Amino acid sequence: MAARKRLLLLIRHSPYGSSLARASLDVALAAAAFDQPLSLLFTGDGVLQLLPGQDSEALGVRNPGRLLASLPLYDIEQVYVDAEAAARYQLDLGAAPVTALALERQQIRELIESHEHLLGF
Amino acid sequence: MQTPAHAGVFLFSPAMIYSLLVMSAPASGQGAMTAARFARAALARGHSVNRVFFLDAGVANGAAAAVYPQDEEDRLRPWVELAEQHGVELILCIASALKYGMLDEAEARRYEKPAATAHPAFTISGLGQLVDAAAAADRLVTFGG
Repeated sequence: MAARKRLLLLIRHSPYGSSLARASLDVALAAAAFDQPLSLLFTGDGVLQLLPGQDSEALGVRNPGRLLASLPLYDIEQVYVDAEAAARYQLDLGAAPVTALALERQQIRELIESHEHLLGF
Repeated sequence: MQTPAHAGVFLFSPAMIYSLLVMSAPASGQGAMTAARFARAALARGHSVNRVFFLDAGVANGAAAAVYPQDEEDRLRPWVELAEQHGVELILCIASALKYGMLDEAEARRYEKPAATAHPAFTISGLGQLVDAAAAADRLVTFGG
């Protein structure tokens, strides 16, 4: 593997509306497994992945909230959320399945600039 | 192909290594064909494309049996040409490929399906191939999503 590049995964899809929601987390886990430094930024409808108390049993799909809760076990600690989008959905970030740091617009700009690769999901 | 620019006695080559992540389906929107054109244009300008990784709905770009309308651009051939003429690696994410029924000979046998459905120019492999390509690339460009 060549020199490590910092990856930023931009997550824009709601948890049960698109398979891309799950795909983005799979990419995060794969990158972590290969020891690549990465950050996640939930934005737009993607912030709905941080909804507390998700129950997907009736849908017959895996619970992405549970997967999010396990991110720290994979050493994925750089988790951010677009403060504006979280406010729009009145999210209770204190009860989110994973601790996500809320960023304002200027901080998001700085976050993007501090990464070599940006993956938009 | 562009020749590298000379700066004094130094040979200055601006060539970059690109990796592509394709999540667009072949028959919906323009994302996938834009990705193929991007790869072709990058190669024509002397850059290299180390790998194209197909994820989620993007894996359907490898469908060997897809028949596209005769009066429209073929959506498989540009990829096959990139692989055969320029040695670009085409990787279908295995988790997505299985869900979309994109199987090579080995996977078709493993899951007891009647036939391989992925074109042989594509390789079915894991997400590590995306991570590995991104680590080696100067630029990773996402199409779709």
